[in-house]
Amino acid sequence: MQALKGLKVVEFAAFAAGPVVGKHLADYGATVVHLESRVRPDGFRTHYPPYKDNIHGLNRSGLFALCNSQKMAINLNLKKAPAATDLAKKIVAWADVVIENFSPGTMGRLGLGYETLKQVKPDLIMLSSSNLGQYGPHAEHAGFGSQLSSLSGFTNLTGYPDGPPQILYGPYIDYIAVAYGVAAIIAALDYKKRTGKGQQIDLAQYESGLQFVAPLLLDYKINGKVAMRNANRDPHAAPHGAYPCKGEDSWCVISVFSDAEWQALCRELGNPAWANEFRFASHEARKTNEDELDRRIAEWTSPLAAHEIVEKLQRAGVRSHVVQTMKDIYDDPQLRHRGQWIELEHPEIGKMHYQRPPYILSKSPAGPERRDPLLGEHNQYFYQDILGLSAPEYEKLIKEGVID
Amino acid sequence: MNAPQEKTAAPLAPYRVLDLTDELGFLCGKMLGDLGADVIKVERPGGDPARALGPFYRGERHPEKSLYWFAFNNNKRGITLNLERPQGRHIFSGLVAGADFVIESFYPGYLDRLGMGYATMNQINPRLVVTSITPFGQTGPYSKFKASDIEIMAASGCMSLTGDPGRPPLRITFPQSYHWTGAYAAMGTLIAHWQRVQTGAGQQVDVSAQACMLWAFSHAHTFWDLNRHLEKRAGSFMTGRSITGAKMRVFWSCRDGYLNFIIYGGEAGRRTNQALVEWMDSKGMAPEFLKQKEWRAFNIAEVTQEEIDRMEEPIARFFETVTKKKFFQEVIKREMLGYPVATVEEIFQDPQLYARDFWRDLEHPELGTSITYPGGFAKLSESACGVWRRAPLIGEHNKEIYCDEMGMTKEEVRKLKSEGVI
Repeated sequence: MQALKGLKVVEFAAFAAGPVVGKHLADYGATVVHLESRVRPDGFRTHYPPYKDNIHGLNRSGLFALCNSQKMAINLNLKKAPAATDLAKKIVAWADVVIENFSPGTMGRLGLGYETLKQVKPDLIMLSSSNLGQYGPHAEHAGFGSQLSSLSGFTNLTGYPDGPPQILYGPYIDYIAVAYGVAAIIAALDYKKRTGKGQQIDLAQYESGLQFVAPLLLDYKINGKVAMRNANRDPHAAPHGAYPCKGEDSWCVISVFSDAEWQALCRELGNPAWANEFRFASHEARKTNEDELDRRIAEWTSPLAAHEIVEKLQRAGVRSHVVQTMKDIYDDPQLRHRGQWIELEHPEIGKMHYQRPPYILSKSPAGPERRDPLLGEHNQYFYQDILGLSAPEYEKLIKEGVID
Repeated sequence: MNAPQEKTAAPLAPYRVLDLTDELGFLCGKMLGDLGADVIKVERPGGDPARALGPFYRGERHPEKSLYWFAFNNNKRGITLNLERPQGRHIFSGLVAGADFVIESFYPGYLDRLGMGYATMNQINPRLVVTSITPFGQTGPYSKFKASDIEIMAASGCMSLTGDPGRPPLRITFPQSYHWTGAYAAMGTLIAHWQRVQTGAGQQVDVSAQACMLWAFSHAHTFWDLNRHLEKRAGSFMTGRSITGAKMRVFWSCRDGYLNFIIYGGEAGRRTNQALVEWMDSKGMAPEFLKQKEWRAFNIAEVTQEEIDRMEEPIARFFETVTKKKFFQEVIKREMLGYPVATVEEIFQDPQLYARDFWRDLEHPELGTSITYPGGFAKLSESACGVWRRAPLIGEHNKEIYCDEMGMTKEEVRKLKSEGVI
């Protein structure tokens, strides 16, 4: 049995922060409905490459596919009040959990705020995931994770001390908030099971992200220290960095945290004379002479293949790994061993590698088993077979542009 | 929100967690603690080696002054226990019998060798959810590989996307993979918990740090999967937004640092571009071609590098005249997308976080002070999510747990202490 079988979820959500919460629930068996409309499809369908063969199309986005496997997709044009509002409430009455990531205030303006939905479904659990939170002076400021990752301090910590900040690929912070969102939903389900009460979860992606830099916030508040980016350096290790290897743009990383590891590394280097010099004899000395140390290590790694270095060093008990590319991770033997990717056929994309969860549960199989849905693919099935609309009711709502 | 804020009102209040993790898994137990669970940190006698991680309170290197430890172990109680001694394992078995969750991050096979692996714990307490967190997972060709943050970042592919072309790939300077792993482990742990709520049976959750990091770079790999295009590090620029291969500047130098602004498409992007041009125009800095631009027809997915470069040039000149604070005020006022590149100092100046009562002070009596922490990660309308208790001192709750709860006498505890068991 899948861990979340029987759980019913509807997403008034687009992009990453909402839908990926639903994706993780769906991977363990929840029934998840992704709500869009032809007027307003998910932004990942409309303007986020990659599209298969670089040809734009609503059902050709790799990003949408990644975030929405296993779900049903239905159309509902929420602007068509009151019929659309009524239908939305019917869907909410069916669901256990609502996930929404509109800008704060939007659900209320659509007549679908938590207080209203609670009338329809008193024990509803509603995750409202937003940039900065549901209330506060900046609450209604909409934004994307690619930029919120800067407000929350991450990009200031990425790059060289004398250069500009560097990007973290994609909406980094959204996927942090995703983990907090899933945890909060399940905790709320447990609370509901014990007390009968549902609740709204006001999740600010900003506040989730700040948890990941907490020690640096304390360091400022207590010691007045403002943390800055320092490339690959680490106060607790030397060497600690990425080193060039044989081949085009090929790199490995090596890190040494103790004298024992340093000695093991020196043995693998063949105990060269420089490694025995006083200026590399202790952690403090290696930190002081780290530029020179990095040059020496790079001289050793340059003519060697990255994977040979890694195998050799790992055997010697020294931490090291290949800097894997976006191609390598599909072939990585460890990820393959864990069944990280599942290849499914999609009518417009063809074969696509969908992503499975990063944790394996010993008693619950994980999905996805189904590809992501085409826009509106499950309209008839969901509205008629699951929600119980009659055929004439369904046809009428289509004609009125409500289901559109 | 008016929900009760005491810990007993939090959603996971009935549950007990034994947390045997090192820094790779700290956040997992902390998240369960933020949701109200009674988390007991089980340290080796003398304390967890991660207490040596900086930064430190007033810069003083001391196992009771690690801010790293403080930040990721609040909401936990703490005991010491030596699992390598038979008596230690005997006591641990007693704790396992009364626990709902065990979280551990030992090298794969370590607990099995001690006779305390999942199979044994499951025998003692079939309802137990055991979460095992390692860099690469419990089994598989790399499961025995050792890794710190930078190896996990490299193995996941994350580093290949960060840094300047022609220079080494970069990690984020402050380790991130441990927190991704802890947070995603909490997610897997609670999914397994929900199954137990239905069936009564516990299970093991095998978490791979490498796999957790795959979400940190979103969809960069799908470019390879769909189109055999390899996304790579591009410094301060964003790639992958246009099918022409055009890249957009993300970081702009301003009067006192850097801003994050991206020429986006979609409805919000068009609104932002329009608002920026109006702002530039109010300062006499908007060139005619930008003012004439038909934003509704602007398609980011098909824009060329030439068009982007032409737009970015006057924007760069304008941002040079702006401070971070002014930019933040204007993006809020004008409803534009974009944020300053904040430092930790500026995060503490943000009125939004005060309005939401985000910062929480916890007393540290032994330091004679209180310390400000990031508060709960979410606001719950019916229950609580927060921080209630500072991180434990070494063995701080030995008496509370061993004597008051497990019924040992003070004499027994003293003896176990002298024998190096606790």
